[in-house]
Amino acid sequence: MKRNLSPIALAASALVVLWISQTAYAGDIRVMCYQDANECDVTAEQARRFEAANPNTKVIIDVVPYKTIVEQLPVQLAAGQGPDIARVTDLGGLSKYYMDISAHVKDVRYFEANFGATLPWLRPVAGDKGIYGFMSQLTMTGPYINKTLFEQAKVAIPGNKATWDEWAEAARKVAKANKLPAAMAWDRSGHRFAGPAISYGAKIFDKEGNLVLDDGYKTTVNKFVAWHKDGTMLKDVWGGTGGSSYADSVGEFKNGRVAMVLSGSWQINRLQREVGNSFDWVAVPNPCGTVACTGIPGGAAWVALKTSKSPKEVGAFLDFLAQQANYAEWVGKTNNIPAHEGVAKKGALYTTATPAAKAALGIFGWGVSSLSPTAYKFQGYKYNRAIMLPTVSRVTQAIVGEVNTDQALAKIFVDMNEAVKQAQK
Amino acid sequence: MLTRFVSAVLQLCFNLLEPVFSLGQKWLGVTRMGWLFVGPNLLIFGVFTFLPILINLVYAVTGGVNLFPNMRPYVGTENFAILFECKDYTDIQTCRKDVFWRAIFNTAQFSLIQVVLMVFFSLVTALVLNRKIIGRGFWRGVYFYPVLLSPVVVALIWKWLLQGQGVFNAGLVAAGAEPIDWLLDRQWAFFWVIFVSIWAHMGFYTLILLAGLQAIPKDMYEAAEMDAASPWRVLRRITLPLLMPNLIVVLVLAMIRAVQIFDEVFVLTGGGPGSATTFIVQFIYQTGFAEQIHLYGLAAAASLVLAIGLMALTLLQLRLSRASEAGSRAK
Repeated sequence: MKRNLSPIALAASALVVLWISQTAYAGDIRVMCYQDANECDVTAEQARRFEAANPNTKVIIDVVPYKTIVEQLPVQLAAGQGPDIARVTDLGGLSKYYMDISAHVKDVRYFEANFGATLPWLRPVAGDKGIYGFMSQLTMTGPYINKTLFEQAKVAIPGNKATWDEWAEAARKVAKANKLPAAMAWDRSGHRFAGPAISYGAKIFDKEGNLVLDDGYKTTVNKFVAWHKDGTMLKDVWGGTGGSSYADSVGEFKNGRVAMVLSGSWQINRLQREVGNSFDWVAVPNPCGTVACTGIPGGAAWVALKTSKSPKEVGAFLDFLAQQANYAEWVGKTNNIPAHEGVAKKGALYTTATPAAKAALGIFGWGVSSLSPTAYKFQGYKYNRAIMLPTVSRVTQAIVGEVNTDQALAKIFVDMNEAVKQAQK
Repeated sequence: MLTRFVSAVLQLCFNLLEPVFSLGQKWLGVTRMGWLFVGPNLLIFGVFTFLPILINLVYAVTGGVNLFPNMRPYVGTENFAILFECKDYTDIQTCRKDVFWRAIFNTAQFSLIQVVLMVFFSLVTALVLNRKIIGRGFWRGVYFYPVLLSPVVVALIWKWLLQGQGVFNAGLVAAGAEPIDWLLDRQWAFFWVIFVSIWAHMGFYTLILLAGLQAIPKDMYEAAEMDAASPWRVLRRITLPLLMPNLIVVLVLAMIRAVQIFDEVFVLTGGGPGSATTFIVQFIYQTGFAEQIHLYGLAAAASLVLAIGLMALTLLQLRLSRASEAGSRAK
């Protein structure tokens, strides 16, 4: 008998298959994760344990480059798209997209007790009591030096209160003795730049709380550009690209092309894994300017996003990650500074850390106590990127000779005010 | 077996569509049936081309950082005013959005140099590949191969060659010379952006010109040979005039492509050093999406400026094509 498949039957079958597939994925949660070393890998290990305990939930970890988190995630979120959870660093800037999970965690008081100091960083408005996620780690910007190169050059490592000028001088000697292309490199980031700027007296805000470019900021811009012109700074990191794109300096450090870099505590694990025994690296305290010796605090946070269709599962998974044992395991395996008070008090067990990594964690831990109040204020400012991004693009223009430093500073001021004005519309 | 299956599927499709067309013919009449055929295409074109243009217009006259149009305040021509505001139009530095002007200037400079060189090298290559040379098929493949590569792959390959510790500098150092900042020096970076884009796309234009050359009747050349015409005269009097329609196509396509340049340059130089290789499309992308405070309105206004430029080029193509056709008919 000849049988014809009716188009209606075909369409109905397709709809049923689609419905079944949608139903099957209803409890899935997608996590957008970037990693400096192994952060997403460790999270994936923990996710497998969570899945074993919650068989109806599947956790999909999408490992993406940091640039995706910075450039693409905000656009996705603005368009109402996006993952269920993300690991972000623009804590305040994206806060309007965060989802309150307080109804889905076992104990809100546990979060308040252990993350109380940093929970406000994730809240969209002051006075809000919601739980939107938690800090996966605290970070602090700071420099690393290639100790082997210093020893080979027989140059003494400057002391804890040495200034940026003294460090630059020492690094220049090391570079000269070892025939390096340059002495230093800083991450191409306005966040990194802010530490030395505040050390040289930049107040960032005036009395009314408006952004300002004062003499401290100008001094740092002039110094930084001059260091590029005289070859102290490696031109590749800042001059190698346009716009305000992020570029890290650790790649150049790892390849032994510079004696010193300015990056941050989140690079410890990467250095441990990627440098290995090639040379001895050490973290050193933030060099001093004229008024302070500060880096910038910060960190990354796991945040729940409003785009999620599975708030219950999202809450459960973040609750699982935040539990003391799991959190301690995570910071221990990733060599990060804990934001969890309980873990911090007990002391994180860095089971996989080498002596160099442990020493670096100690230096950054010690450095937290010397952070300038302006650095905290800068980090907590919702529109801090309005000053960070123009700094990168305009200072680069000055480095490559398109504009002079005065013109660059004038343009930073215009760009910064324009961005804040637009953001407030 | 496969043929029968495909034929059966097609038959089924036609049978399914038959009632629709019968109904359409009944309602619309035979003369208006064309609309039914072009309808789906118009619908897709409308949704994916016209609608975005309209949305872009909405963005261009609204401000703020919200993505959804209903949440964006109307600002009129403010975005255009920001783009075009300069204290002194002879000094880019005095413009409020100096990077926009730098991008326009860079795009104009790039388009002019790249297109002239592109057409010249494509023509020379096509002329050579049209001759009976040894391994002609191989050489045609060699020149066309880069066209098959993704622009990102092209840019990455060249980046590896040109970076500070790349192959080129390794060669220079091995030869006892100083390494060169191929991508850190503004002039060098601009040169390499032009070079790489020509390298990547020349094969396509060569192919168009080669097709044109092969369409020129052989008896023309035989007649010229009998008249003992010099090769230069043959080129000027026979080849170039008869190749003109293809040359115009190449010229206009290359110009449009040059104005739209983005992907290769973005990967190769990121628009740097500074803004030395920042072109108009990258400015739009950066303003709208890459900066963390997304100025969609400003980006939309800049993209309208680009659209007007592209429209002018398209009209130029139409005009040149018609002039060329009219010229051919007159002869």
